[in-house]
Amino acid sequence: MQRTEPLSLLEKDQTKSKKPLKARGRNGSNNFTKGDRLTIAGFVGIPTLIHILLVWVPAICTILLSFTFWDGIGGLKNIKWVGFTNYRQIYHLDQNFGPAVRNNVLWLLVFAFIATPLGILLAYYIDKNLKGTKFYQTAFYMPLVISLAVTGIIWDNVFFTDGVVNSLLGNTNPNTAIDWFGDPSKNIWVVLLIASWRHIGYIMLLYLAGMKSFDGSLREAAAIDGCTEWYTFRKVVVPTLRPVNVIIVVVTIIESLRAFDLVYIINQGTNGLQTLGVLVYDNILGSSMRIGWGAAYATLLFLICLGPITVYLYQNFSRED
Amino acid sequence: MVTGKKSKVGARIAIGVLAFFSVVWVLPIIFTILQSLRPYQDVLKYGIMSFPTHLSFHNYYNALVESHMWLFFFNSVEVAVPAVFLTLLLSSMIAFVLSRYRSRFTVPLLMLFTAGNLLPPQLLFIPLFRLYLKIPVPGFINNNHVLYDTQLGLILVHVAIQIGFATFMLTNYLRTIPKEISESALVDGANVWNHYYRIILPLLRPALASLGVLLTTWIYNDFFWSIVLLKSGDKRPITAALSNLQGEFNTDYDLLAAGAVIAFVPTLLVFFAMRKHFVAGLTLGATKG
Repeated sequence: MQRTEPLSLLEKDQTKSKKPLKARGRNGSNNFTKGDRLTIAGFVGIPTLIHILLVWVPAICTILLSFTFWDGIGGLKNIKWVGFTNYRQIYHLDQNFGPAVRNNVLWLLVFAFIATPLGILLAYYIDKNLKGTKFYQTAFYMPLVISLAVTGIIWDNVFFTDGVVNSLLGNTNPNTAIDWFGDPSKNIWVVLLIASWRHIGYIMLLYLAGMKSFDGSLREAAAIDGCTEWYTFRKVVVPTLRPVNVIIVVVTIIESLRAFDLVYIINQGTNGLQTLGVLVYDNILGSSMRIGWGAAYATLLFLICLGPITVYLYQNFSRED
Repeated sequence: MVTGKKSKVGARIAIGVLAFFSVVWVLPIIFTILQSLRPYQDVLKYGIMSFPTHLSFHNYYNALVESHMWLFFFNSVEVAVPAVFLTLLLSSMIAFVLSRYRSRFTVPLLMLFTAGNLLPPQLLFIPLFRLYLKIPVPGFINNNHVLYDTQLGLILVHVAIQIGFATFMLTNYLRTIPKEISESALVDGANVWNHYYRIILPLLRPALASLGVLLTTWIYNDFFWSIVLLKSGDKRPITAALSNLQGEFNTDYDLLAAGAVIAFVPTLLVFFAMRKHFVAGLTLGATKG
């Protein structure tokens, strides 16, 4: 963001200088040597091939598999096309469908309405450059470099039966104390708290970078007009940071859909902690092998991701060509 | 700027909020470190909030040596280092072409890479898992002669996914560098390879450093792919191996805490040492507007 202004200027310059460069090629001629062509083909071809083969081909295969029955044993010949049967079945027959959708929606709501605004608020405060800013920033960034699996273990210490929270509440008796992770009506909230611990810092970091690019004279103008600082922030700063806002929406949705590591390390994503990501895994590597169901869950995840992905692509590439 | 009483009160509120949240943020980490330093019996006897009667590195010895965490740490390194190196190499090559030789494929390719990086990993893993069971590899890579359950397979997936992000980021970075620098090389008659190796790569160094730090953290922290693509316990990286320390009925939480500290200390050290790169990497990739 910091570079938005110079960047856009540069890009304009480039479009001017682009044509002559392309037309001239090397040494003013239009032709690359054979070696040059080979180099370019390799430079583009190898990464593209790896990316398409290991990302896009599997993605498309998963979507196709979601419309089939396959026990995974016999070869590909045993795959039967069944239309939307898998989707109907997971909706009507899978007991985990409801809780998983509920949890992913909760995840998104908590991120969107609590964690993300909190991250923005903290960025607003950090941006004031008060005493101790460096310490605060470091504290908020730390969860970002710690793996989610390790994060689960760290918070286990805080919430397990004779852990910190229950000690503070004064009851660590294994029979009567609150079972934060075992109680299916409570555990999702604990997990959301843990997930927010990480998400808030991420949003703060992104927003802070965006705010550094904000034109200070706008803020001064608002102050002269008698706006309070907080009002200026809400009505002047936030609306002008449109690119960052879009990124934050994208990050929030995609992160809340990726929910897997945390719940898996806590209880394999069962007993109130099901998520769509966990159900994909369970139907492939779990006790019941239903490839069609797993693929259907994965495709659902993909369909929800499609929105934010499109928005992100539009933001980044709509100005080109 | 507003001055006077009002802003002073505002500053106090701000400091209060920041101090409160940052302490809450650090506490779980401190608790984990404290717990890793005290013996299990001590906690059982006096409770977790009691003042530790004595501290020792006994849990670390047990975790590192008896539970083989040092081995799992090196498993992580064995995956992360080649994966990051390959990602940086491949994405710098394609970013160079996409930013310097424009064609009608440039934008579609960039969109392909950017979108690919945003796909949920669960969407990819079913066919990859089946495919890996079918792809033959020589015996010195895997006794079972398939790509499944090999570190090579894990590295390939990381490279394929991260190329998406890295290409997007490096192309954006190169576009901010004026083409005139390249043009002087073209006038000198450098071929495409020299243009890349002698001019673009040195220019890319700061971006590669930021990206390298970020990718190392991400790949080291990966959990999903290592439990999906690896079966043998002794091949797993440290994040996935931590669950070995979780007992089926009785978990030694102090040992687990020590394992967690061993797993996160390397990333925290990298973060403290290269904080600027880390932040630059995250914002460069995410906030090109």
